[in-house]
Amino acid sequence: MSDLQHATSPSGTRPPTGDDEARALVERLAEPCTGRRGALLPLLHAIQHEVGWIPDSLVPFVAHALNLSRAEIHGVITFYPDFRRRPAGRHVVKLCRAEACQARGGAAIEAAAADRFGVAMGETRPDGQVTLEPIYCLGLCATGPNALVDGKPVSRVDAARLERIAAEIAA
Amino acid sequence: MTRVFVSCDMASVALGADELADALAVAGAEVVRTGSRGLFRIEPLVEVETGGGRIAYGPVAADEVAAVLDGTHPNCLGDLAALPFFAHQQRFTFARVGITDPLSLSDYVSHGGWAGLQRTRAMSPQQVVDAVKASGLRGRGGAGFPTGIKWQTVLDTPSAEKFIVCNADEGDSGTFADRMLLEGDPYCLIEGMAIAAHAVGGTHGYIYVRSEYPFAIRTLREAIFRSAHLIAPFTLEVREGAGAYVCGEETALLDSIEGKRGQVRAKPPLPAIQGLFGRPTVINNVLSLAAVPFILAEGPERYSEVGFGRSRGTMPVQLAGNVKNGGLFEIGFGITLGELVEKIGGGTESGRPVRAVQVGGPLGAYFPPSMFDLPFDYEAFAQKGGLIGHGGVTVFDDSVDMLAMARFAMEFCAVESCGKCTPCRIGSTRGVETIDRIRAGGRRGDAVEVLPQMRNARAAARGVDQEIALLRDLCEVMKYGSLCALGGFTPYPVLSALEFFPEDFGAEVPDAAARR
Repeated sequence: MSDLQHATSPSGTRPPTGDDEARALVERLAEPCTGRRGALLPLLHAIQHEVGWIPDSLVPFVAHALNLSRAEIHGVITFYPDFRRRPAGRHVVKLCRAEACQARGGAAIEAAAADRFGVAMGETRPDGQVTLEPIYCLGLCATGPNALVDGKPVSRVDAARLERIAAEIAA
Repeated sequence: MTRVFVSCDMASVALGADELADALAVAGAEVVRTGSRGLFRIEPLVEVETGGGRIAYGPVAADEVAAVLDGTHPNCLGDLAALPFFAHQQRFTFARVGITDPLSLSDYVSHGGWAGLQRTRAMSPQQVVDAVKASGLRGRGGAGFPTGIKWQTVLDTPSAEKFIVCNADEGDSGTFADRMLLEGDPYCLIEGMAIAAHAVGGTHGYIYVRSEYPFAIRTLREAIFRSAHLIAPFTLEVREGAGAYVCGEETALLDSIEGKRGQVRAKPPLPAIQGLFGRPTVINNVLSLAAVPFILAEGPERYSEVGFGRSRGTMPVQLAGNVKNGGLFEIGFGITLGELVEKIGGGTESGRPVRAVQVGGPLGAYFPPSMFDLPFDYEAFAQKGGLIGHGGVTVFDDSVDMLAMARFAMEFCAVESCGKCTPCRIGSTRGVETIDRIRAGGRRGDAVEVLPQMRNARAAARGVDQEIALLRDLCEVMKYGSLCALGGFTPYPVLSALEFFPEDFGAEVPDAAARR
């Protein structure tokens, strides 16, 4: 558990330490899901929203709350790209890699972003300041290349906008 | 106080609409947030209410609002409806988007909202299904299956419980019509789903929205809350996706709502007979369901009189990528691809010649300008080895490397494959490798293969043409052997790139032996 104690999520919340805290957290978040069919994804979203990621230590309690096996929970968490099993950086930049953004110079911006932020695509910078992730289409396809910076959409990303993003994530 | 209208659509916000709206409010204007008009070249856009209608200005920066409010801003566009981009449209489904406040129920009513649902309630379920059949409406998600026939199957299947599911997992690159409707006119979709519920005996509905659309999720949840009393006893809820493209496939989507991995189911049984939680389920795309209120309110004839061949009604076409007038253009089927790209879209934004156009998202074919006379129609596109899919048209200029685009199609399939069937799961990765070898000029025998004891391994090198033959063979296997459209349609962009742009694949490199 020691690695969990120091990890912080983008929102600054601390993952639960110890079984009692973990159980209490999952039970609280699972409460609105009781009686709801197919409650697993909503519950996982709720956990990630609260903690910033989904620590493996919570999986047994999720399984217990929804009467599923741990294997099923693990299978679902690892299937969906949105769910994180490790904390992300304090800032998360998602860059669109899909065709419409490529048609507008997305590949060059992708390379420039990785270079400017000092982190490879799909990785978190060692100092935990920023995570750079690919995303496949934000639906802003006439004004690419597009990015989602800490949940905020940015269109027409060019060298100047990249600088602005870099300043934002340095904070 | 001056009333002004600024879009709260995610695309407008990405271009600075929030800052613009704030500046207008500080300057003393009454700001109404609407959906987007759908032409992104003029965003961020502000429309000022005057005695003679709305006067538009765009693009406008946040520090220029004073010039807008005193009417001196140089980017004055006048009445938007008179602009050719808007004047040529036939907005059936998107009539309200960009004009009304998306969450205002009074705006919705004053612009013809709920008329379709009211008429539906006076009809028998069979009459409603018949009206949808008569309209000729076909599934707008891409497959083009007649919506009325799907509804008939659900209506005819007895069950204590039936579901209406809306597929709002709009993952195709180059498409954003679902997002614009969810953000710009959510009640239209809610009304369409309520009509479907009345038609087939649906009790509860789910709208599955991808997590990449946070604005749409927020708007939709609020709209459902506000309109719950109007659609009762039918109930609705939003389910948020989690980044998996394959969940746009209907059976994977159903599994995802059930809380499982989003893996494709084998069909039969059809979802209409055994769908969500094993119950009969109507599952339709956003645009199919959002077309229904118009059909019921105005009559199916009014809808079906527009169109081309067996494709009836309108298609909200999305012009994307390197195009000057990118945005949403709703028009009856039958307009040619060339009109869309050159006339409406205005060619590329970079000013260079158009080289390729991908229609229908990442699983759609790439077409060269020589095929611009192709009419926008399900059958015409299928005949040419393509698809119209969800109506996205992504434009590329002459700097595009078509081998790279073919490789990306395979790479995307490898990233997004659900893993259930082998042609898609393995074939996509082998496809990337094969295309990489084509790029490298063929394949040399590797160090182990050429050892004398490797009697059964093929030690010979392969030339580019042989690698291309392998790629074609692989595409054949994926096309006919995959469980769903992800693996089954990934060959479309690959084969079309190969067919129409062979020069990018270095097809006739003669002397492969020389490179051994």
